[in-house]
Amino acid sequence: MTILELKRMANQIRQDIITMLVPAKSGHPGGSLSAADILTVLYYHEMNVKPEDPQWAERDRFVLAKGHAAPVLYAALAEKGYFPKEEMMGLRQTGRILQGHPDMKKVPGVDMSTGSLGQGLSAANGMALAGKLDKKDFRVYVVLGDGEMAEGQVWEAAMAAAHYKLDNVTAILDYNGLQIDGTTDSVMSSDPLTDKWQAFGWHVLEVDGNDIEELLAALAEAKKVKGKPTILIARTIKGKGVSFMENQVGWHGNAPNAEQAEQALKELREEAARLG
Amino acid sequence: MAKQATRDAYGKALVALGAENESIVVLDADLSKSTKTADFGKLYPERFFNMGIAEANLMGTAAGLAAAGKIPFASTFAIFATGRAFEQIRNSIAYPKLNVKIAATHAGVTVGEDGGSHQAVEDIAIMRAVPNMTVLVPADGEETRQVIRAAAEYKGPVYIRMGRLDVPLLFDENYQFEIGKANVLREGSDCVVFANGVMVAAAMEAAQELEQEGLQVAVVNVASVKPLDVETIISYAQKTGAVVTAEEHNIIGGLGSAVAETLGESAPTPMVRVGIKDTFGESGRPLELLEKYGLTKKEVLAAVKAVMAKK
Repeated sequence: MTILELKRMANQIRQDIITMLVPAKSGHPGGSLSAADILTVLYYHEMNVKPEDPQWAERDRFVLAKGHAAPVLYAALAEKGYFPKEEMMGLRQTGRILQGHPDMKKVPGVDMSTGSLGQGLSAANGMALAGKLDKKDFRVYVVLGDGEMAEGQVWEAAMAAAHYKLDNVTAILDYNGLQIDGTTDSVMSSDPLTDKWQAFGWHVLEVDGNDIEELLAALAEAKKVKGKPTILIARTIKGKGVSFMENQVGWHGNAPNAEQAEQALKELREEAARLG
Repeated sequence: MAKQATRDAYGKALVALGAENESIVVLDADLSKSTKTADFGKLYPERFFNMGIAEANLMGTAAGLAAAGKIPFASTFAIFATGRAFEQIRNSIAYPKLNVKIAATHAGVTVGEDGGSHQAVEDIAIMRAVPNMTVLVPADGEETRQVIRAAAEYKGPVYIRMGRLDVPLLFDENYQFEIGKANVLREGSDCVVFANGVMVAAAMEAAQELEQEGLQVAVVNVASVKPLDVETIISYAQKTGAVVTAEEHNIIGGLGSAVAETLGESAPTPMVRVGIKDTFGESGRPLELLEKYGLTKKEVLAAVKAVMAKK
């Protein structure tokens, strides 16, 4: 995809997020919108996957450690053709496949069940170890939340990834600065994150996580780093793309009503028109 | 009688499996000399991952390895596996039904000198309550060998509970363990003892002694706590009309509870549970602790008599 096409896809994914959250009546728009550009670049440029064969052994893997951002993953997968787009309207509803948090047993394309914060990087490491063992060259991508940095298991996993020289792991930290109870600084300071990850033996790249071109460049660099895992500290705006949601902690875990969604979609369609 | 710790049999079984199946990988949390995974590590270093003292990450990494097609055996002490890493087992392994074998050693008071902080008395209760989980408690070396093999062949999460202490070898290669099946070790019509782990030997001794008194006591080894062999349990309860359970675990939530739940619904029968009476353990020599916590032949004998009085 060209950069313009990637931008259009990110916009479409944002529209899907808003649209699916309305009938769901609950869910997490803020952290889904912040990660839309990251997921777009991963699924529409970076990752070697086959939607028609979700269990393809050679595929690159993706773990959404911040599993509450499930809508952004579902939108990326649906647009990619892993399952019919209509499924998005069944998000969080009884008997449907799209659970509140990603479930690998139910959703084609979900490589790991997540949602309980802190566990995703460990699973990604396990997949990467298996890849090394089998001398396969697939890569494992994992998107972490910044509030999640308070989970001790993240640092256990960070240590282990460096110890086992997992250069086939690329982590992307969706650094939007907000969590349920407020700013990450006020709830539990995790800065300086770049220093911390470097101290744990990782190659660290700081990027604008809402800038497609910066993400593409950083992911390309990550693949060239040998002997250690790479993390992109991706500065993002929570709620990105919907003016009244941007940087508003209240939109962490509340779904828009029909009226709010219409306003959000209007803005996103205007952006799409600007992109042309 | 020859003795072997179930953890020792585990270490040997892993080595044998490792030679046969390239998919077997082993993870440990800095306890490989104690859990006996170290031998596998020496022979197959590329398939052995020491995760350091980080049990949450141990379980999560095992989940990822399983998601990519490996058959991971994740080992540490029972208390750390089911306690420290409970939620990783629950959400990263059991919820997605990943093919991880949680092979825990040092369960129960027979840990001995390390004391109550290290003696898991509630691990079976915890694992039994997790959907998708299979729970196996081998009684001796041969059964451990077969349990490990069966776990590797089964597709899905399994919790295997093993001990530190050398215990009598009860079975030979003619013994046949199967997931979901109990093994009748001794027939009897007056009372049945359902036992597992170290309590199987105690139950057999008690039954032999009771025979001298003219009582015919059946002994059934229930190594597969989940799935439970409901058919055998109901049939022996009905046949004898008096049930004793015996386990080195809290009387809450383990084998005794599993049997009581089954019989309560399907075949109410007078019953007495032998086990740790809802208390933590302490430091001491393993055999002394078994006596102190009521986990010997003596308690099984008393339980048989008590339950027969209720008939």
